[in-house]
Amino acid sequence: MKALGMILGGKRGAMDLLVIAALIFVVFPLGLDIFRLNLVGKYLTFAYCAVGLVMLWGYGGILSLGQGVFFGIGGYCMAMFLKLEASDPISTAHQTTPGIPDFMDWNQVTQLPIFWEPFHSFIFTLLAIVAIPALVAYIIGVSMFKRRVSGVYFSIITQAIAAIVTILVVGQQGFTGGINGITDLKTLHGWNINTDFAKYVLYFVNGVLLLLSIVLSKLVLSTKLGRLLLALRDKEDRVRFSGYDVANFKVFVFCLAAVISAIGGAMFTLQVGFMSPSIIGIVPSIEMVIFAAIGGRMSLVGAIYGALLVNYGKTAFSESFPTLWLFFMGLLFIGVVMVFPDGLSGLYKTHVEPRLRQILRKQGKKTVSSKTSIEKAGA
Amino acid sequence: MSLNSSRHGSSAGARKLKQLLVKSVLAGVVANGLFAVTSSQAASHIAVTDKEVVVGQLHSSTGTMAISETGAIEAEQLAISQINAMGGVLGRKIRVIQEDGASDWPTFAEKAKKLLESDHVAAIFGCWTSASRKAVLPVLERDNGLLYYPTFYEGLEQSKNVVYTGQEATQQVFAGLDWVAKTKNAKTFYLIGSDYIWPRTTMKLARKYIETVLHGKIVGEEYAALGSTEFGSTINKIRLKKPDVIYAAVVGGSNVSWFKQLKAAGINGKNQTLLTLSVTEDEAKGIGGENLVGFYSAMKYFESLNTPENKKFVSQFHAKWGANAPIGDVTQAAYEGPWLWKKAVEMAGSFDTDKVVKAEESGTITFQAPEGLIYLEPNHHLKTKLRIGEWEANGQAKIVYTSDYIMPNPYPKGY
Repeated sequence: MKALGMILGGKRGAMDLLVIAALIFVVFPLGLDIFRLNLVGKYLTFAYCAVGLVMLWGYGGILSLGQGVFFGIGGYCMAMFLKLEASDPISTAHQTTPGIPDFMDWNQVTQLPIFWEPFHSFIFTLLAIVAIPALVAYIIGVSMFKRRVSGVYFSIITQAIAAIVTILVVGQQGFTGGINGITDLKTLHGWNINTDFAKYVLYFVNGVLLLLSIVLSKLVLSTKLGRLLLALRDKEDRVRFSGYDVANFKVFVFCLAAVISAIGGAMFTLQVGFMSPSIIGIVPSIEMVIFAAIGGRMSLVGAIYGALLVNYGKTAFSESFPTLWLFFMGLLFIGVVMVFPDGLSGLYKTHVEPRLRQILRKQGKKTVSSKTSIEKAGA
Repeated sequence: MSLNSSRHGSSAGARKLKQLLVKSVLAGVVANGLFAVTSSQAASHIAVTDKEVVVGQLHSSTGTMAISETGAIEAEQLAISQINAMGGVLGRKIRVIQEDGASDWPTFAEKAKKLLESDHVAAIFGCWTSASRKAVLPVLERDNGLLYYPTFYEGLEQSKNVVYTGQEATQQVFAGLDWVAKTKNAKTFYLIGSDYIWPRTTMKLARKYIETVLHGKIVGEEYAALGSTEFGSTINKIRLKKPDVIYAAVVGGSNVSWFKQLKAAGINGKNQTLLTLSVTEDEAKGIGGENLVGFYSAMKYFESLNTPENKKFVSQFHAKWGANAPIGDVTQAAYEGPWLWKKAVEMAGSFDTDKVVKAEESGTITFQAPEGLIYLEPNHHLKTKLRIGEWEANGQAKIVYTSDYIMPNPYPKGY
């Protein structure tokens, strides 16, 4: 019990986690209709990337501008499985080659490509969602961190990777669906994912997985590894001179962030019903960094609030001002970065928390003083 | 929740947040789980009162597609204001809720869902790219909504929930190739397009038609990445092969570079026949008329069309949106959407989606559009004519050929 408390970050950490859990599992489902709840579910899938970035950037000091790639890998793996299930020979009978996804038929592909075959299996798909991003991150991580590529160079390279992957996906449209993405996904093992009931179920699964990835991250941070991460963020050389292989730690945290993002991507596909290259490129990758920054880049729970707030702002502003809303989003970002450099969690710590404590203390005093006055009156 | 808060000024966002908070707290207190589960099955009813009916408009007003979609937005609003001035539809005035798809396909899906499930709109006028339509399609089919889609596109689709007011590929391709083969005595063709579904499908049809029907020869087929601006090597190959006709479907920003580089290489309307499927008056403005002189476009509509209906439409459009606003093929097709919907609703005597679809599929709906009389066929596409326009330096096209009516055929056999 005590160990668990330690992992969650003491009483305060557990409290933060409880509040967000109450919000996700009680307040939103009761207060929102299924349409809005499904939107919140979509926002929360972006929160996975923000959580990953808090680990990678906030604690590890490594700024990746290519997290969309991992989000995309997770999303595409899931989409490939669902698309194969939706492309049975009966419902694709009007195609030149029945039994393959519709976009392949449009692109004159006549046989299912080999790398699509394993995605007939759901178990393989689930494994791939975790293993492929980890492998990709491992390869990128080893080839860069072992060569001591870091800082802004690492950021630029990850950004370039995001651009390359987008171009690849768009260009190979016979195999990937191109710019349209993989659309028209219907069932998961015969279970219709578009019903309201399915949307509720997916929303809760999504919420549970998100909180689990936060707990996992906290677990990592509570070990010696976590402290080493902080140390190498602040003084990399000193850690290296103490005899640690710095690159390995960096590779580990990069892989961790990649896997967490990919799970978010898979949940995105399930809840939104399709996957497209427009969510894996440079712009969405940078947006994910913004979620983490607005939440406070040292706060795992803050990352969720950041993703929720920014995405809610996007929806609300664009519904109210269809032509001007991008300016409001820009102002929001500039405002947050200039006024609250530590994001929402920083704002909470410097402004809300002390006041709360003050109020609590005052109330405590009041009850004491009112007691004494009663006593006096009684006397 | 947002039936009437969507277009009301600056406090809407704040009010929504407040609503959301109040709602959450209330719901938390009541703790009525059943309520949340059952309240969602409301997507089927439609927002219509005795006085008004709500429709949605879903285009990109921001992002890379905004420049293309603005014309469609304006044309639809013009049509709706004219319909309202005539007394509306079934005695109801049309109120529009405009949403921004932001050139981003997931956003299109999100907004379509919002329009159908929160606003309960009777119909949506919107989308431009195939990608956005593909993203919206599952939402439409699930919530049984109606979409009027204005862009010429690749075909291979026919949804009960969509009316396609632009031409599908066979309507745009075959008649144009016939014309160029006959009048220019063309035997060799060079195909070039941007690399995505529409040009690829279109060129697939064109290749088959050229080889089997016209007995011509394809001397080159090439696809440039979307957004690519480098056509030097393509132009060199064209010079080498000397095709009778360049058949082009290059889109977006690439289009501007493509025509400018052709001109710089000395290839122009005087020494080369070029037929394009992707230049309307909107694109001509961006490319510059002087770079297009003498080249041809195959479209169902050109602004210069000399009929009383079109002259009236052009002057009304310019009066509302400015005298310099170009009117392209898609803009005119977007204008047809609200009118066709009005006719279908009046024929059905109801806003109910299934009844309106039945009316649409009756095969008896026609409309005197700016392009001329159009017929809504049971396969959800329009029977229209194809026109060939020759570009002039002022960015307008002179119509040099008009085909007979062409039946839409979204699933061509043997191609």
